[in-house]
Amino acid sequence: MPKQLARGVPLLSRSARYKKSGKWAVKHRGPVEGQVKKSKAVVTTKTEKKLGKKGTRTVVRPRSPRFYPTEHVPTKLYSRPPRPPKIRPSLVPGVVLIVLAGKLRGKRVVLLKVLPSGLLLITGPYKINGVPLRRVNPRYVIATSTKIDVSAVEVPAQLNDEFFKKPANSAPKKSQEEFFEGDKKDKKKEISPERKELQKTVDNQILPIISNQEYLKEYLNAHFGLNKGEYPHLLKF
Amino acid sequence: VMSLFTRFVEIGRVVLVNYGPYEGKIAVIIDVIDQNTALVSGPQKITGVPRHALSFKRMSLTDIKINIERSVRQKALIKAFTEGQVLEKWEKTSWAKKRAARVKRANMNDFDRFKAMLAKKRKSHIVQDAQRKLIKASRTK
Repeated sequence: MPKQLARGVPLLSRSARYKKSGKWAVKHRGPVEGQVKKSKAVVTTKTEKKLGKKGTRTVVRPRSPRFYPTEHVPTKLYSRPPRPPKIRPSLVPGVVLIVLAGKLRGKRVVLLKVLPSGLLLITGPYKINGVPLRRVNPRYVIATSTKIDVSAVEVPAQLNDEFFKKPANSAPKKSQEEFFEGDKKDKKKEISPERKELQKTVDNQILPIISNQEYLKEYLNAHFGLNKGEYPHLLKF
Repeated sequence: VMSLFTRFVEIGRVVLVNYGPYEGKIAVIIDVIDQNTALVSGPQKITGVPRHALSFKRMSLTDIKINIERSVRQKALIKAFTEGQVLEKWEKTSWAKKRAARVKRANMNDFDRFKAMLAKKRKSHIVQDAQRKLIKASRTK
């Protein structure tokens, strides 16, 4: 569809373009925090200037403001509220995923739900393949066509992006001596009992569903790999 | 005289279409048009191949043959086709079975491939066990 009928002659008239752009539907936005509102009323001074024969006229000049900020505070631009993330249609709760990168590469896991950040909440289940409740980037994942019916599974509302986010000061600041000493190998990451409890509550709902289907447990335990003659662009997952 | 050829282009010969929109389907030669083309028909209601001219280059002859008259119409063709049990005979051939297996293998999903791998392992276990027993038996003799 040409956007121009001829050079300089657009296909749509100005009113048609306005109608199409949808600007007429945008409702008035509320004030944003930090957005400095320009005051409409400009304080002015009016002086009478004498013009001899013509009489007088008022000269209106804006008064110089009483206050200037010392540092330039940029006005916050309007950012629209976040919309639910767009996810591939194959990523449905209950689907078996193959993780392709990261520590979990090659593992087959179960997708529990899509978090508002766009990341996927997965579980091994832990008893089957040692994968805990975790977030995973959908880009590094292949969705297989194998699905588990998790409609009856209740994922605790506690498991959201905030729960999994690393705390701001997670990396400990080392003193100079410690830096030269090197990493201590017996540093074990402690998992909070809360996490273990949540893992149990979720997995105990899923494990019986998995054990109902033959070989599904062995399938989730196994690693994914390409064999001779298997080309990913020709494989069906 | 020993005949080298067993499959002939003749009226009633069942062929497998190799190329074109009806690829993979079987049809019957109803008439021969010229050196390169034959008039061929599924019958359409059974195999999906309509009555049309098909180059010999686009078909492969099978061992199956039915008795029909030249340029026979659909009704009679369907009758001869079903009485001759052509579809059943075709599906029994290892040719057709190999084709079907290839399609099945291509459509396997990741879980299917895993299950196939397990089955292959189990089979080889059974075969190896039997083999070991035979070797042992032959040694003790």
